[in-house]
Order: sequence, then C-alpha cells, then structure tokens
Amino acid sequence: MSDAKQSVTGDTTDRTGEQPLLEVDGLTKHFPNDEGFLSWLQFRPDDSDGPVEIGREWVRAVEDVSFKIYEGETLGLVGESGCGKSTLARTILRLVEPTDGSVYFKGNDLAAMDSGTLRQQRRDVQMIFQDPQSSLDPRMKVGKIVEEPMQAHGMYDEEGRAARTHELLEKVGLDPQHYNRYPHAFSGGQRQRINLARALSVNPDFIVCDEPVSALDVSIQAQVLNTMNELQDEFNLTYLFIAHDLSVIRHISDRVAVMYLGQLVELAEKAELFENPQHPYTRALLESIPVPDPRVEGTRGVLEGDVPSPIQPPSGCRFRTRCPELIAPEKYDLTDEEWANIRQFTRSVKRHRFEATGANVIRAEFFGSTLPGGDAGRTVSRAIDLLVEDEWDEATELLNESFTEPSICAREEPSYEVPTEHGGGRHFAACHLHREEEQTH
Amino acid sequence: MTDPLLSVENLQTYFFTEDGVVQAVDGISFDVMPGELVGLVGESGAGKSVASTSILRLVEDPGRIVGGRVEFKGETLFEIETDDEGTPVENEDATPVETDESLSQQEMRRRIRGREIAIIFQDPMESLNPVYTVGGQLREFIEINRDLGKSAAKTAAIDMLREVGIPEAPARYSDYPHQFSGGMRQRVLIAMALACEPSLIIADEPTTALDVTVEGQILDLVADLQEKYGTAFVWVTHDMGVVAEICDRVNVMYLGEMVEQADVDDLFYDTKHPYTEALLESIPRPDRTVEELNPIAGVMPEAIDPPRGCRFHTRCPDAREACTRIDPDCRVVEDGYSPHRAACIKYDAFGNVGYDASPPLDNETRSGVDVTLTGDGGHQGGDDDE
Repeated sequence: MSDAKQSVTGDTTDRTGEQPLLEVDGLTKHFPNDEGFLSWLQFRPDDSDGPVEIGREWVRAVEDVSFKIYEGETLGLVGESGCGKSTLARTILRLVEPTDGSVYFKGNDLAAMDSGTLRQQRRDVQMIFQDPQSSLDPRMKVGKIVEEPMQAHGMYDEEGRAARTHELLEKVGLDPQHYNRYPHAFSGGQRQRINLARALSVNPDFIVCDEPVSALDVSIQAQVLNTMNELQDEFNLTYLFIAHDLSVIRHISDRVAVMYLGQLVELAEKAELFENPQHPYTRALLESIPVPDPRVEGTRGVLEGDVPSPIQPPSGCRFRTRCPELIAPEKYDLTDEEWANIRQFTRSVKRHRFEATGANVIRAEFFGSTLPGGDAGRTVSRAIDLLVEDEWDEATELLNESFTEPSICAREEPSYEVPTEHGGGRHFAACHLHREEEQTH
Repeated sequence: MTDPLLSVENLQTYFFTEDGVVQAVDGISFDVMPGELVGLVGESGAGKSVASTSILRLVEDPGRIVGGRVEFKGETLFEIETDDEGTPVENEDATPVETDESLSQQEMRRRIRGREIAIIFQDPMESLNPVYTVGGQLREFIEINRDLGKSAAKTAAIDMLREVGIPEAPARYSDYPHQFSGGMRQRVLIAMALACEPSLIIADEPTTALDVTVEGQILDLVADLQEKYGTAFVWVTHDMGVVAEICDRVNVMYLGEMVEQADVDDLFYDTKHPYTEALLESIPRPDRTVEELNPIAGVMPEAIDPPRGCRFHTRCPDAREACTRIDPDCRVVEDGYSPHRAACIKYDAFGNVGYDASPPLDNETRSGVDVTLTGDGGHQGGDDDE
C-alpha cells in the first residue's frame, strides 16, 4: 500500500525530460500552536493516558506537497481560506522555514541553502502580495520602492537604477513621471502595478503571486491580469499564481492545483481540470461558483459543514468528513441509495441536526419505508434506539466506528493518476474513487 | 399592478468633508416589490452601500441625506422638502429640511428598523458583540422587538438558529461569536434579520467575505428562506455571478448614479448601458475559458469631483461630445415585460439631443495616466469580441 501513501505528484504536462524550473518535493510546514500561556500543557480530562500531557500542539498547515513548475508556465493554486496556500508560497520562498521536504529551483535545493546563497537566489525568485496597501512603504517614493531590490542586490549604479525604474514603470502601465510620488497617490490597481515593477526590477525568472488581484474591483482586476500576461510573454516569466477565485485561475493558469486542508487534492492542465474534474472537492468548488449568466441553472452539490481544524486533520483523506461521495466500507453489501441514506444519517446525528421525536419518525425521515438489510441495518436500528433514549454521543460513536472508520477513505491517504480527457498532460486526483483505474494504469 | 413595498425617489446623500462635498449618492430612484429580490450592483465607490444605509437613515457624519424621499408600505420614512421647482429647501444653517411626514429617529428605531426592515452587513464579526454570547444577543433582540418573555425569546432564538442551519443549536446558543466560523456568523446575522419576520431585508455584500463553498450554502439558504417567509431583499453586491444567480431585478450604479435598471435576464442578454456592458465583458468566467479580458479603460473618478455630463463618459467606449454636456436620467428605453431603464443618451428615448451628430470622444488618447494605463494593458474593441 505504499503507492497510496504517496502524495499527489505534479508532473502533469508532457514535458518529461525537461528540467522543471521549480520542483517542490514533500514540502511540509507545521506551526506550533503557541497561543497563550502554558500552551505546551495539554489538558485532556477524558484521555485514558492521563489528563495532562506535556508537549506542543502542531498546526499542520502544509503536509507533504509535491509539484513541478516548468519555465514560462503559470501554475494556478486554488483553495479556500485556511487551506495553507499562502503558507505554501511562503515556505517555497523560505520566508518561513519548512518543517520537511525540498524546494529545487533550477536544480538547487532552496530549503537546504545557507542564508548567503539563499539571498543570492532570491534575486531570481520574487513575490507579490495580496494587499497593495500594506505591501508598499507609505513613506517611500515610488521610484525608491522599485529601486530598493536592485540596490539590495548591488545591481547597476544610481543612474542605471533610475533609468531602469522609469522603464519598468512604463512597462507595467504607469506614467514614468510619477517616479517621485508616494504610494497613497495611487489607486489599488496602480499600487499593484508598482508591486509588479518592484518584483520585476531584479529581473527574476519566477514570481510567486499571492492573491494579487483579489483586493481589486473587477474592471481593474482585468487590467492587471492582462498586464501580467503581457509581462510574462515579454520577460519569459514563470508564475505560481495563488487565488481563491476560480474564474481568475481559469483565466490565467496553464495548469491548476487544488488545495484542501494543507494538501493538494487535484492537479491537471486547466482545460482538463475545469472540464473533467475528478476530485469531489474540486467538483464541489466548481459547482459553488455563481456563474454570471442568469440562464445557467446551477445544480449545487451541497458541501456540508466547515473545514476541520488542521491541528487534528481527519485520517486518510482529509476531505472525507465533508465528502458527498464517501466510500462504503467493503464489509457491507449496500445499494448506492442505502449507503447515501446511511451517510446522510450518520452526519446528521454527528451534527445533532434534528430532534429525536421517535424511532419511526427518524426511520421514515432518513430511510423511507425500509432499513438496509444485514449488519448495516442492525447497526442503524441500534443507533436509532440510542437516539430515542437521548444518547446522542453513543449513537455518534457507534455510527462512526461502524460506517466511517472502516471506509478506505478514513484508512489510507489517496493518490492516483487518472486518465486525461483534454489535452496531453497528466492528471492527478487524490481520491479513492479512482483506486481501480489506477490498478489498470 | 401592486404597490411597491419600498420606493426610493431621487435620493441624494452627500458627505461634507474638509476636502469638499462627496456626492456619494446623487439622485437615485428604485422600487422593490413585495417578495422580490432586487440587486444593487456596482464597483467600490459606486455608492451602493451609502444608498442602502440611507434607506434606514443610518448614514453617519459627515454624511447627510440632502434630497429625495423614501416610502415604505405607503408610509413616508423621510422626505426632504422641495420648493415648486423641485430644489431642496434649506434652513438658515444650509441644512435640508425634512417634511412633517418624515418619521423621527425614534420612530424609525421603534417601528421600522429590525421589525419592518432588517439589515445584514458584510462583516459578521463587526455586527456581533464579541463579549456577549451569540444566543444572548439573538434572544435580546427578539425580546425587545417581539415583546416576548425571556424564556419564550430563548426558545424562539434556538428555533431561529436551527432554521438557518446552525448545527447543535441548543449547545451553540451559549457560544461566543469568535467560536463561530465566518459562514456560521453570517447565518447568525441572517437569523437575527429574520427574527422579527420583516417584510424587507437589506443585505450589504453579505457573502463577499466568505469562501465560495460557504457562499453557496448561504445563497441556497437565502433562497429557501425567501420562499418560506416571502421576504423582499435588496442585495448589495459587486459580484455579477451572485446577481445572476439570485436577483429578480437589478439596479446598476456608477459613481453615485443609477445607470441601468432591468430584469436580470434582460440585464445580461439585452444590456443597454455601456458601463454594464463593459463590466460584464471585463469579468473572467468560471464556466468557460476567456483568453483575453476586455477591461474598462481607466479608473472610477472621485465622487468629490465627478465628470460633467454623463459621469461615465471619461471611460465609455461609446462616448461622444454630447455626453460631456448632458447628464442623462435613468429612463425607460425599452418597454418589455417590465420596463428596461438606462441612463444613456444614445437611445431614442432621450430625443434628439445631438448624440448622433456630435463627434466621438477618443478615450484612449485623452486624459493622462489613467487611460495610458489601460491603453497599454487593455485592448478596447479590436478583434476579440468574444
């Protein structure tokens, strides 16, 4: 089962043989959950090993992420807030130290470099942040802001830097005459252009863009996205483009990686990912976006609940607690409908979503006229009895150990390559629904 | 034809700042029918939030409502007195005078806010008090507005929490706001808004701060609740996707003015105003790949010194010389199933005001950096009209 332990690996384009510009391998970042005095002291009164435990809690923000980015392409990284995408970006640039894993940039491991060499390398790797307000020093003139990185890397003399800054301001669509203005005199979109000029000043190969347009109005967003595209062509730039907005990702990316709770769940070429999504989370994301067309009748798959805490992420597939396609344990012989009912019932009990008025009422609400047969039916029946006796916790526990824990989704971490329908690239989906395709692969 | 539930006429809200007068909302009119979900759309700075808070007279200093009239269920919430020519009457302090029919702030508080018209804000954390429990705040609100006793109000509060999909409602009742996720907090605010079964809810970007899957949950919830309670909504948003999904009718604002009003289908498929059209063309789509975006040229001018004539003329691809002179009102340009209004003099409804005869404005070479900025980045017109 070592195959299933592997995380989604990112070699989806058919550019094998070519050295990737950036290769992220097993990158992991855990933060200590250090909030508060005595935070290293865990108090768990119900724990069988004793109520007090010494040791830190860890927030597992990024877990075993691997992918490659090739020269000149844009890899879109999409995920909801808290999924770890910004942490991933910062870890790649070593703005925060990785817990484990490697980041190879042009073959050199950034994660293992000493600070001097890293500093040199940073010239080739730049970053643009989301908030164009706070990422510019309000007391520095625009010209100086753009010149600062060049100065730090000892590029050009003073005149040379000024000349290059004027040129860059023009390139990103600003008036070079504004060299002596302060950031407050610019609008949000223009400030993001200043950030672009600053990132470009040291002539990098690779730019990590962390939500660069999400603070901008749509019409301005389009202007900045177009400029970014043009600059990419002109300077042969490679982007890692992080966003939560799938429309923006669809516009700008060549390949797309989807992240959930610290892990990549799917990675494919853009057309493949949007037209042939294979992970239930990706599908839920795509169904959720309101389409700007009143004639599109949305069928939204309801994604229940909230994202679990990254301190104690679910075992196996991290998405399984919300997944609408959780796989039935093999030991039961259930029809799809029976399993769907059981899944729904299990989650409703866990979230205490109804009142237990009577066994028949509950049975009718979740299972219609007949309960599933066999062991599964007996377990459900017992759970309903517990509910009538108001023993919610016992019922939750019973359902959990009978139906959730034995599922492959809770036992193994998924990672599969699936057949591609659009384009020539490879397609990875971390979902056990594809375990049979993988075996024939 | 039934009477509108809410009718806003020629509303003007200005902010009197040290730098000058910001004409945040400058003469907008719109109606909301009972049970209808009406969108109020625009980019930041369009004045949509100021317009929605003006309805409840919650505009804060230095802002002031300086003109217009708001009527709700046939009752005047407020009206600024005008002389025979329609100009607002001012007293000796240069403050506009309210007519006698206008409700006092006290009456607004007692009878209208919360009971008849509720409001949901974008940031649920700022709307909830962090030092009181969620349930306690909801209970207090119900107690005051529905004249219920403490325990009856508590039962009602728990029912409301369950109604908006809070799991384990009885247990979560005594949690504090910070223990709720963003989506759950927004559900609490929806519960609070619905608690008095108001006829109208004003929702000011209620899903903007939420993740897309959570936003989806909230939109579904609103659709269900609207069907159940028949509440009318004014939905303030900048997201055309949300508009397309939930709105019946849409009002598009630009720089304090109303530029287009139409049924949602007409707005998207028979777009009349050049601004709306440009806005729709500038958005990337989730359902198909758009290779080249068509941004709107330039940036929105300051409301402190709006362009003369049509306020959009500095960025409009259809602008002509006449547009710099004439400030069009939003009038019916096509009478279909429901009237379609637009504020653009290129339509016959405005008569012959010289649009056809006047020379086009070349928006790409005029007016400095803002336009160079997109002349570089954008591709106006051209061959990519997908």
